[in-house]
Amino acid sequence: MTVALETRGLRKNFGAMVVTNGVDFKLAAGARHALIGPNGAGKSTFINLIAGRLTPSAGSVLLAGENVTALSQEARVKRGLGRTFQINTLFANLTVLENVTMAVSERLGRGGDKLRFAGSRRDIVEEAYELLKRLHLAEDALRPVREIAYGRQRLVEMAIALGLRPRVLLLDEPAAGVPSAETAVILDVMEALPADMAVLIIEHDMDLVFRFAKTITVLVRGAVLTEGTPAEIVADPRVREIYLGEGRHG
Amino acid sequence: MFVYRSAATISPVDYMVCSHRLRWPELLPWVAIIAAYFAFPSYLALGAQVMIMVLFALSLDLVLGYAGIVTLGHAAFFGVGAYTAGILAVHGWEEAITALPVAAAVAGAVGLVTGYIILRTRGLTLLMLTLAVASMLGEAANKANWLTGGADGLQGITLRPLLGVFHFDLFGRTAFVYCALVLFAGWVFVRRLVHAPFGRSLTGIRENAARMHAIGAPVRQRQIIVYTIAAALAGVAGALEAQTTQFVGLNVLSFDLSGAVLIMLIFGGVGRLYGAFVGAPLYMVAQDALSRLDPEYWFFWVGLLLVVTVMFARGGILGVADLLRRKVMR
Amino acid sequence: MKAGAVPRQERVSAVNEFLSALVSIMFHGLAYAMILYVVSVGLSVTMGLMGFANLAHGVFAMAGGYVAISLMSRLGLSFGPAVVLAVLVVAAASVVLERLLYARLYGAGEIEQVLFTIGLIFMSIAAAKFMFGSSQQELVLPAALRGEVSILGRMFPTYRAFIIVTGAIIALGLWLGLERSQFGARVRAAVDNRRMARSVGIDTDRLFSLTFALGSGLAALGGALGGELLTIHPAYAIEHLVYFLTVVAVGGLGSIRGPFLAAVLLGVGDTACKYLLPDIGAFFIYFALFGLLLWRPAGLFGRA
Repeated sequence: MTVALETRGLRKNFGAMVVTNGVDFKLAAGARHALIGPNGAGKSTFINLIAGRLTPSAGSVLLAGENVTALSQEARVKRGLGRTFQINTLFANLTVLENVTMAVSERLGRGGDKLRFAGSRRDIVEEAYELLKRLHLAEDALRPVREIAYGRQRLVEMAIALGLRPRVLLLDEPAAGVPSAETAVILDVMEALPADMAVLIIEHDMDLVFRFAKTITVLVRGAVLTEGTPAEIVADPRVREIYLGEGRHG
Repeated sequence: MFVYRSAATISPVDYMVCSHRLRWPELLPWVAIIAAYFAFPSYLALGAQVMIMVLFALSLDLVLGYAGIVTLGHAAFFGVGAYTAGILAVHGWEEAITALPVAAAVAGAVGLVTGYIILRTRGLTLLMLTLAVASMLGEAANKANWLTGGADGLQGITLRPLLGVFHFDLFGRTAFVYCALVLFAGWVFVRRLVHAPFGRSLTGIRENAARMHAIGAPVRQRQIIVYTIAAALAGVAGALEAQTTQFVGLNVLSFDLSGAVLIMLIFGGVGRLYGAFVGAPLYMVAQDALSRLDPEYWFFWVGLLLVVTVMFARGGILGVADLLRRKVMR
Repeated sequence: MKAGAVPRQERVSAVNEFLSALVSIMFHGLAYAMILYVVSVGLSVTMGLMGFANLAHGVFAMAGGYVAISLMSRLGLSFGPAVVLAVLVVAAASVVLERLLYARLYGAGEIEQVLFTIGLIFMSIAAAKFMFGSSQQELVLPAALRGEVSILGRMFPTYRAFIIVTGAIIALGLWLGLERSQFGARVRAAVDNRRMARSVGIDTDRLFSLTFALGSGLAALGGALGGELLTIHPAYAIEHLVYFLTVVAVGGLGSIRGPFLAAVLLGVGDTACKYLLPDIGAFFIYFALFGLLLWRPAGLFGRA
């Protein structure tokens, strides 16, 4: 298999507290991969280490075989890494369309243009709008993000990440805070993602995880407990004991 | 950006593609400036001062309103520009127009160097460092007597007629037109900048820096660039001040001036491009009136006005106007 | 001139002179540092706890100075009671301000907080000028603090020795009281997570008011005690703003120990440079500031 993303001995400690403890992890090209684990297992930290928001204490991160451990977030994005945030991290006072246009414009390297109007690149705005249509957001295109419902803001999170056309997409709890009636839309969107895009998702909603993921990695106390197909994970007594027993209610 | 109701009839893409089109209210300041030239011939010198402050506040809006960098030391660049133009003139460079790009370059360079250093920090530390840069430059200007005239100020600035024809006359006619034209150029430039992807991305950095990082925007680089551009623009404003008043005093680098320009912008409305055009004249007229009414304690009233603005009218005058307009339209 | 050409006796006296200059710098620098510390530490706590950019902190120090001086000159109180009363008055007044005005801006942006506090500074300057005139106010020291005191065979100004000792005691008291006590634990809990602190039953409103009063009271104490070093006049809050903020930024927001170290570093360094290099010594503080913050952007004891 082609590896889209890999971590080797990835480790992060804050003072004496070890949050990520030597994680070796591989994400195949085109994967539908979930990372699960109880609260405090270090899932978000792991995502932040991969994205470059945090610097690891040891170990390395490789994107398509290239060591990017020393690179900035920006440089990783340029190499095809996209992410969403667990808590909405949007431009609240800009419109939905402006939010997504911003991402498309950065991907095309036009974000720093100074002397031509943003509107003069109709193609960029159109691409962003097409994306909104795909994510059922078109009718909210001209509304400021802060005015739309939380569940729809979660979709904007994804739209921005998709505007980057990433080869590796990290979804940090895409359904967090969304009423269960609305998670179907999110699952729809996830299932419609391009087949060649490698997707790593963290999620507490086990329904969503088992419907979406082909591979599941279980993280406990910062280390990988086990990895396998959903069927294998469900069957694993250690996982049942540690995680599913308390987490299934989601 | 915020008015989307009127867009119901056209497609979102069309709406956004047109968002930079010039709207008629944007021409109001220029109508007012032309009208002022004919209506108040005895106040032209004051008018020139007001326009200089508008340009200065406009440069601050780039940094504060768009990029969200709170600075207590924007006078640093105004001051550097003023001293550059003043010192050039004293040493024989008596041509005013060509001195402007020089002042812009020097102020911009100071902005680049200090921005590079201080924009690593955030929040209160950054705030304090902006203040420190300005007060350090003020201290330097005070000490460098031989160059700046120190506490006595820089005197003996003489200028040749503009384009060899227009003398800087006693009534301030030349100065008024000169400042108006430079301000116009500055406005065209800033307007272009904020409607360009660069300006949009500054808004993005202000709204959510974490997201800007996550979409691959070079956040720090953009901040340094806008800081430099704003510094250069403030330098031009400072140069105009030196040229039109033919004097440069230490106050051009003072906390008072940094504070004043901040207040002007806040009164007018931050991050709206036109806050500077509303706030600066208003502040200067108010200051003029207050200092005549209460010469000793006028800044008490400025302080009070500031507290009240922050408590009750966060968006400044334009913000309140926007709010009222929306209420009426509903 | 070569060192060898100097007669022995002259060399000894030159060394002596240098040493005595050094001791004198240390001494004056430390006294200055203590005032800086006592005034600034409250700012560090309020900025760290409430995340409030309170540029008007110096106003409370100035108010402490004015109140103490007025109590002495107009009501004839002696130095000690006047200072204590001034601290209480300012602390009480600050709580009123905090509840009425500051508290409304806790969630607001930095710009609003900055402008609001600049507004307060402007008003305070005008008010001080109106009530006390624009001249400097002289702090009349009690006889016991005037004159000199002999320490290890050298004579030192009593007032400065008193400031150093008092400052050190306050620093120790704060360190024990805030970094080691229940109250301190609550304050730190509220700093880390306001909602969490509230949910475990900490009354954060009251805690904030108390902390604010403590910070302002300390500022008033510094203003009143240090009235002879940092003279009390209407522009006090602006004139020393850079120094107060520097101490806080270099020390690290929210820290108690940080500002102490920063104040000592800056107070002694500033005094030394201004004394030894009168022409360029005033720039020391800026270079120290830029250097230290480039090295540690969050300050000496700040959390990154």
